[in-house]
Amino acid sequence: MSDPTKSLQPQNEPNREGYEYKYGFSTDIETEEFPKGLNEEIVAAISHKKNEPQWMLDYRLKAFAHWKTMSEPEWADLRYPKIDFQDLRYFAAPKKRPDASKDLADLDPELIKTFERLGIPLQEQKRISGVAVDLVFDSVSIGQTHTDLLEKSGVLFCSISEALQKYPELVKKYMGSVVPYSDNYYAALNAAVFSDGSFVYIPKGVRCPVDLSTYFRINAMETGQFERTLIIAEEGSFVNYLEGCTAPQRDENQLHAAVVELIALENAEIKYSTVQNWYTGDKDGKGGIFNFVTKRGKCQGRKSKISWTQVESGSAITWKYPSVILQGDESEGAFFSVALTHDKMQADTGTKMIHIGKNTKSTILSKGISADESVNAYRGLVKIMPSAHGARNYSQCDSMLVGKKSKAMTYPTLDVRNTSAVVEHEATTSRLSEDQLFYLQSRGLDMEQAVSLLVNGFCKEVFKELPLEFSVEAVKLIEMKLENSVG
Amino acid sequence: MLKIENLHADVITDAGNKEILKGLNLEVKAGEIHAIMGPNGSGKSSLSKVVAGHPSYQVTQGHLNFEINFQMQDLLPLSPSDRAREGIFLALQYPVEVPGVSNSTFLNTAMNAVLKHHGAAAMEPDEFSNFVKQKLPLVGLSTDFLNRGVNVGFSGGEKKRNEILQMAVLSPRLSFLDETDSGLDIDSLKLVAEGVNKLRTKNNATVMITHYQRLLDFVRPDFVHVLLGGKIVETGDYKLAFELEKRGYDWLRP
Repeated sequence: MSDPTKSLQPQNEPNREGYEYKYGFSTDIETEEFPKGLNEEIVAAISHKKNEPQWMLDYRLKAFAHWKTMSEPEWADLRYPKIDFQDLRYFAAPKKRPDASKDLADLDPELIKTFERLGIPLQEQKRISGVAVDLVFDSVSIGQTHTDLLEKSGVLFCSISEALQKYPELVKKYMGSVVPYSDNYYAALNAAVFSDGSFVYIPKGVRCPVDLSTYFRINAMETGQFERTLIIAEEGSFVNYLEGCTAPQRDENQLHAAVVELIALENAEIKYSTVQNWYTGDKDGKGGIFNFVTKRGKCQGRKSKISWTQVESGSAITWKYPSVILQGDESEGAFFSVALTHDKMQADTGTKMIHIGKNTKSTILSKGISADESVNAYRGLVKIMPSAHGARNYSQCDSMLVGKKSKAMTYPTLDVRNTSAVVEHEATTSRLSEDQLFYLQSRGLDMEQAVSLLVNGFCKEVFKELPLEFSVEAVKLIEMKLENSVG
Repeated sequence: MLKIENLHADVITDAGNKEILKGLNLEVKAGEIHAIMGPNGSGKSSLSKVVAGHPSYQVTQGHLNFEINFQMQDLLPLSPSDRAREGIFLALQYPVEVPGVSNSTFLNTAMNAVLKHHGAAAMEPDEFSNFVKQKLPLVGLSTDFLNRGVNVGFSGGEKKRNEILQMAVLSPRLSFLDETDSGLDIDSLKLVAEGVNKLRTKNNATVMITHYQRLLDFVRPDFVHVLLGGKIVETGDYKLAFELEKRGYDWLRP
């Protein structure tokens, strides 16, 4: 069949007044884009473009067929204009030069400049600080560093597309095992049209020698971004994975419906951290990113551990529940989150901890900060199955309200079906009060210092779970975002 | 050091502005201790908040001048943090809790803000830790209090003593103690009073706002003022306090 591609030059947007967004620029680069719309042909075209094995195409088509039978979920505390799924493009990739290699030196210099502006040091600095970076630019993974170090240790870190070529058995074995396409509306959509993402495989007993990191960027107008990430940690292995995101200013809302699956086998540990700073939209909420994501980890083996740490401070709408299925006996799951909403942002986020094995343990620490007219909802589920003898859970959900119009909601659900379980839940709500701010100012701290002290105090327990690189970025990010909402 | 002339100020509420200070006059010189007494609602707390620059108050008339660099300067354009850095301190009636922020971090940050303002080098945490530990006996607080959140879980007495500790650390030139004695048992009261007395120098001044004459037994004021209906209606020496104790405030009403 023909290869439907079209090249398009995205325009550079003029600077918007009022709302400062550091990453609000687009790259003047040639992209290959599909026409708008979604049907079997487009799905097949995506698979064809990536030269995928037949079973992958079949999977996609099955997922698409299933998606067509589903309807959009509407139970969240979110209000947004209806998404027209036919009005989006499902693939955009910067045009590669015919002899393109994965060597950084061969990358389009415009791209390199973009990443420099984003503050992502591709070169030696990254190597020295011990982070391997897999860059995703508009649905296609680009470039890769530290391949040698990783190769030596046997760690596989590449794009999903590449993994489908090189390690199809691994992908086939695990993809969809934690988030089946039937799981939810957006998971089905993702399974049908995912374009790329990260694939990580840590062999038995290996402690990954570097932190793995991926930066996402949504560039082309009206392209929904559908990443698919799969991380497999074999017995006794360990990996620290960092995900950071930015996006430019746009008029139309942009959809981001990713799926992340983590599998930890016996005695393995996966730590997944995210600092998300996507475009929020203007002060009236127009133009920001819709972040509808399914993230789930399965502690498959005995004594395995998975932790999700996130700092969410961008996206017009955030809808995600990084969760852990605690199947293996004595496995542990953790969720550490700071979610900041301001202006007209909306967040409905939280986690699900499903206890199946014996003596499993989960920890939830959620900090929500809502400012201006934003809405911040925590939705959590702790489910203790009848088989989960000796399960333990501790949850703490704290909300901080800034100003007089913001909203914070908490919907914790505890579903306990085993009487030997111990489940603790604490929640506090506080106001970043004028009194507190005045108190600190009357001791000589200016407004900025006062806000910083108060917010950091509030978020401290979560920030300390972030890898050092991220925690500094996270602190600065939250301060910057709150500056406009306070005083 | 402080000169207040014909000060009128409103308190800003959701229901609108209400005048609370109605032409107040007060002068405080270095080395002095003043006491301000008066019935509830007369504007005593408001006065100290207006001097400190609390955002809920708006000055509508009059002058508020403070000696900075040996010159009387208008305080009104200065923000609360600037006023603090110039040496004005307000010990609150209801000290605020600041969870997640340890006392030592808070004090260290405040201290460094003041030092920086005066062009001095900031204190590193270790240096500061030694510095503050020396001040703790003054208010009878133990070292483990330094790691606790500011005022979190403190008893009333501990909160008030924490305010005095801050005074000891920051060495302000002008301190307003807003009903520091309210809600204190006799032992805490004595500790607070001892702290205030020990911190007194000929270069600083303290204004104590109080309901009860009791505190004045332990901290002898040079002047006692009565604040009634938004202004100072009577000034005398410490004996005036006994008079008020006996006769109440009615004899001073117009």
